[in-house]
Amino acid sequence: MGAAHVRMPESAKRGDVIEIRTLVQHPMESGFRLDNTGKLIARHIIESFDCTYNGREIFRARLHPAVSTNPFFTFYAVASESGELVFTWKDDQGGVATATSRIEVV
Amino acid sequence: MPLRHSRIHDIHVASRRRALQALAAGACFFIARPATATPDELTAALRETFGERPITRGKVKLTMPRLAENGSVVPVTVSVDSPMTELQYVKSIHLFAEKNHLPRILEAQLGPYNGKAVVSSRVRVATSQQITAVAVLSDDTLWSAAVDIEVVTSDCGL
Repeated sequence: MGAAHVRMPESAKRGDVIEIRTLVQHPMESGFRLDNTGKLIARHIIESFDCTYNGREIFRARLHPAVSTNPFFTFYAVASESGELVFTWKDDQGGVATATSRIEVV
Repeated sequence: MPLRHSRIHDIHVASRRRALQALAAGACFFIARPATATPDELTAALRETFGERPITRGKVKLTMPRLAENGSVVPVTVSVDSPMTELQYVKSIHLFAEKNHLPRILEAQLGPYNGKAVVSSRVRVATSQQITAVAVLSDDTLWSAAVDIEVVTSDCGL
């Protein structure tokens, strides 16, 4: 699992809908490609991605091999209270990546 | 005499052509068949996910380029025309590719806390085909949109 990046506002007015952009470095090896010797390259993909906002899940995605290398997601959230957003990516070989962002809601 | 000869020749050529066509069709069948999913597999995946519930065209907007230079990174945005309140919201968004190896691309779970039902990502599209997005609303109705996309190259192996 490579580095995870999250881009979102550091502060927002209560009730605003904020944009959250996420990216994680991962080969997303589809399991359908052949190497130079004609052997199938084993599948290695991120299978799940989720985001919690002060412990409550606000986004969850299930990924299949058709998601591109370095999975990228943009989604939205209502800025309801100040706190922490935790992002978690899990792959099919036990790899986990996490990222945390704080938001101040005024 | 030359006329007759040419007729035999024509018949010969025609039958050889037919034989070659049959052979080519057979070869395509055996080579192409396992390489990609078929619209039937898309139908099967839809049925497996949503059962026999009817899927209606509308409410969903699927934004993708009509022509993708590189099929391994195609930007996609799905937005659903629905309020995002406790009473009425979008539960999930599903993306399908009829001719990829596996018809499923991704599924995203949403709720009223998202404020708006818009999700973007980047996906792999193996070959020119139709991409379908399906949204499940809080009242359990299903809505969809489809886009035809032309792909120039793809090296994702899908």
